[in-house]
Amino acid sequence: MNQMTAPAAPQDGYVTEDGRTIGGVVMEMRNITLRFGGVVAIKDISFDIREGEIRAIIGPNGAGKSSMLNVISGFYHPQEGEVWYKGEKRPPMRPYQVARQGIARTFQNIALFEGMTVLDNVMTGRLNHMTASILDQAFWWGKAQKEETANRQKAEEIIDFLEIQNIRKTPVGRLPYGLKKRVELARALAAEPKILLLDEPMAGMNVEEKEDMSRFVLDVNDEFGTTIVLIEHDMGVVMDLSDRVVVMDYGRKIGDGTPDEVRSNQEVIDAYLGVSHD
Amino acid sequence: MSNAPSSSGVPQSVPALLARNVAQFGSKPAYREKEYGIWQTWSWAEVSEEIDAIANGLLALGVDRGDHVAVIGRNRPALYWSMVAAQKVGAVPVPLYQDAVAEEMAYVLEHCFARFVIAGDQEQVDKVLEVQERVPQIEHIIYLDPRGMRKYDHTKLHALSDVKAEGRVAHERFEKELAARQAELDYDSTCVMLYTSGTTGKPKGVVLSNRNIIETSKASSEFDRLDPHDEVLAYLPMAWVGDFIFSIGQAYWTGFCVNCPESAETMMTDLREIGPTYFFAPPRVFENLLTSVMIRMEDASPMKRAMFHKAMAHAKKVGPKLLDGEPVSAADKLRYQIDNLLIIGPLKNTLGMSRVRVGYTAGEAIGPEIFDFYRALGINLKQLYGQTEASVFITQQKDNEVRPDTVGTPTPGVELRIADNGEVFYRSPGTFVEYYKNPEGTASTKDAEGWVATGDAGFIEPDTGHLRIIDRAKDVGKMASGALFAPKYVENKLKFFPNILEAVVFGNERDMCTAFINIDLTAVGNWAERNNIAYASYQELAGHPQVLDMIQSHVEEVNRSVAEDEMLSGCQVHRFLILHKELDADDGELTRTRKVRRRIIEEKFHDLIDALYGGKSEQYTETEVTYEDGRKGKITATLKIRDAATVPVTSVKSPEDQVAAE
Repeated sequence: MNQMTAPAAPQDGYVTEDGRTIGGVVMEMRNITLRFGGVVAIKDISFDIREGEIRAIIGPNGAGKSSMLNVISGFYHPQEGEVWYKGEKRPPMRPYQVARQGIARTFQNIALFEGMTVLDNVMTGRLNHMTASILDQAFWWGKAQKEETANRQKAEEIIDFLEIQNIRKTPVGRLPYGLKKRVELARALAAEPKILLLDEPMAGMNVEEKEDMSRFVLDVNDEFGTTIVLIEHDMGVVMDLSDRVVVMDYGRKIGDGTPDEVRSNQEVIDAYLGVSHD
Repeated sequence: MSNAPSSSGVPQSVPALLARNVAQFGSKPAYREKEYGIWQTWSWAEVSEEIDAIANGLLALGVDRGDHVAVIGRNRPALYWSMVAAQKVGAVPVPLYQDAVAEEMAYVLEHCFARFVIAGDQEQVDKVLEVQERVPQIEHIIYLDPRGMRKYDHTKLHALSDVKAEGRVAHERFEKELAARQAELDYDSTCVMLYTSGTTGKPKGVVLSNRNIIETSKASSEFDRLDPHDEVLAYLPMAWVGDFIFSIGQAYWTGFCVNCPESAETMMTDLREIGPTYFFAPPRVFENLLTSVMIRMEDASPMKRAMFHKAMAHAKKVGPKLLDGEPVSAADKLRYQIDNLLIIGPLKNTLGMSRVRVGYTAGEAIGPEIFDFYRALGINLKQLYGQTEASVFITQQKDNEVRPDTVGTPTPGVELRIADNGEVFYRSPGTFVEYYKNPEGTASTKDAEGWVATGDAGFIEPDTGHLRIIDRAKDVGKMASGALFAPKYVENKLKFFPNILEAVVFGNERDMCTAFINIDLTAVGNWAERNNIAYASYQELAGHPQVLDMIQSHVEEVNRSVAEDEMLSGCQVHRFLILHKELDADDGELTRTRKVRRRIIEEKFHDLIDALYGGKSEQYTETEVTYEDGRKGKITATLKIRDAATVPVTSVKSPEDQVAAE
């Protein structure tokens, strides 16, 4: 296996060409293997994610990208390998536990509450920041009042940030696809994540919507310093946005590096142009 | 009149009015803005404090007397304050259209030699930076919204919050200087400079003095009895003279509250939440609102639809009479009140117009049906006639003398004169000082006695004293037969159909009139949906045979109505086509205030005009378009040309007899 080694970035972080500071390694995947019965979805993959970077995972259909994201989010538990987060080995966790650690995600097939308004959907993203008891919340009493105000403020800041004020009170079910994607991003951001996982945030969008979404992804990274891991099929978007790219094919990692390095990697080219596998 | 000494006791500048307002109603709301989903309020006292902070900050940055400070952005309180702060330090605010492309912006920045720019957000800053090489005199750019600005080189850039903080720290250092500069302001010092969009040529900088603004605000506020409890929604471009008069002139004169929407998209929601009592909108906004109401009614259940139409039919008979205080039978009145409870009231509430006491429309003619619709609802919608050079007001309609076909009687203090060729001239305390750096332009517009040519042809109705505008003086022409050609008159009739967004009529010195039509994508799109007509783009819908049929029936209806007016019966449209693109200000086809630029359209689409007159039934064409980010592209299309039935004209009177008769 012609595995590329991680780029020679200094261990303590560096400053990108456009002036962003990339920190040290915040998350590391070590020799992850994931099987579903006899099917091997991910085969012995290792890579790291640095603080503040935009890390893309690309690959043809069925390469195991979404499975990889699901491993990070705690939805799948790999049979082999370790996930290291903030310098510690992560024990097997449920997704909600992972979310509490500051990892939020969006879904490939939008998973919003269709009957609820945009604002309410965004507020659900604040769940992990609410500590008042169910009883307090039901009667909107004591701590619950103060908390809701604070959370609403945060939600409104995000609504302002993503420029969706005009649909604040619109039920999500009535929104067009492109806006739903944006609402989903809003909900993920409401959790104030350290790491944001985006599963094909631009799938099915037209050029203009893609440009908007790309700008939002960059702005999120820039304004909040959020580390972003994204899966995307649009090569133009990936090459423009990301600092480093992991390339997967049939569950294996076939490339890892800056967009330029990946672009010139012969195995990556083969995978995308469709050379037969043995 | 314009040389009259200032009336005693009146504050001589906008900052002086601000001081008066703080003393008179310091704790009353002066500005509101919806942010983070909540209406934030500033009292006059707080506004004054904010303005002082900005003014001191500007002094710290080195703003001199007479400097021009460009202000670019959507309506936000901080930008309004920045304009008054600039006045306070003796500088001249120059608001710019926020949707102008960088190139247009460069011209204005260059022309007024702005050393300082206050921009709303990153987008505006980017445009200024893009043309920086053409305007090297710009020393500092101040921005309001810090989003996305962190990575920029801040040697010339400042956040407004930092400028304010600096101003607050430095306030003792500059206290004397600021007071001295404000004391220097008098009735003759420049209050603001506004660039007219200009239907022809480069924009001109109209210099308006404190006298112009304050006298006009005073006269017009008293005319409509505006008071400190009125509310307005500031949503029209800040660079437009009307917004300056409403949101600064009249607001500072009467002390009413200016509300800024959260964003352009939330305007309708914000309108409903605020419920302004004094409301201005160009006819287009009223048209769009009516179109959206009608579309929603089409989709409503049959019962609701029937109730709506019944109530509207009655309201159209009774509503305007009630507004004008004319006698109405008790039964009619009672029925109107019941309708008001069930249908009209809720509809007004949906439109955000429940509380409108004084509503104005201006800029273009408004369709009688549209006008009557709002009057029927009991909304006191009136028309005014004005222009930048007059600080807006030339004529306006009195409360009980409202008609769709006139623009009212002269605003108090304004004198009117109709020249021999029908052009309207006026003279008023609001008459502008000059065009900046353009003495020839000033001289050709304003004569030594202070009379200003409006460029519009019109006449004063002998019995009522109301002014009626026919068209732009330079657009009024003659057809080959000698008949009067007034394109706007026909275009307006066409545009009164909800399906027609824009129309351009040709025919000067020709033997017949022809027209370009733009369909209204919202209205026609909804119609297409209901009739199961599939379309992918504006272009495709515009070329659909059924759409052509529909527009043809509209054109023929207009022809019938034009034929009734003996003076203009020659202006019937014989042939027309539906344009393959919407006319757009970015392509130079419309002005920023969305008025048709006739000459440019004639040049740009000359092949289509030739085809209209050449008797062809279709024509292939290529058109260059400019996208919002300034890139250019090309669209091609083959357009169908239709003949429309016309009504034979028995006798065509020559315009001379007619105008002389008026």
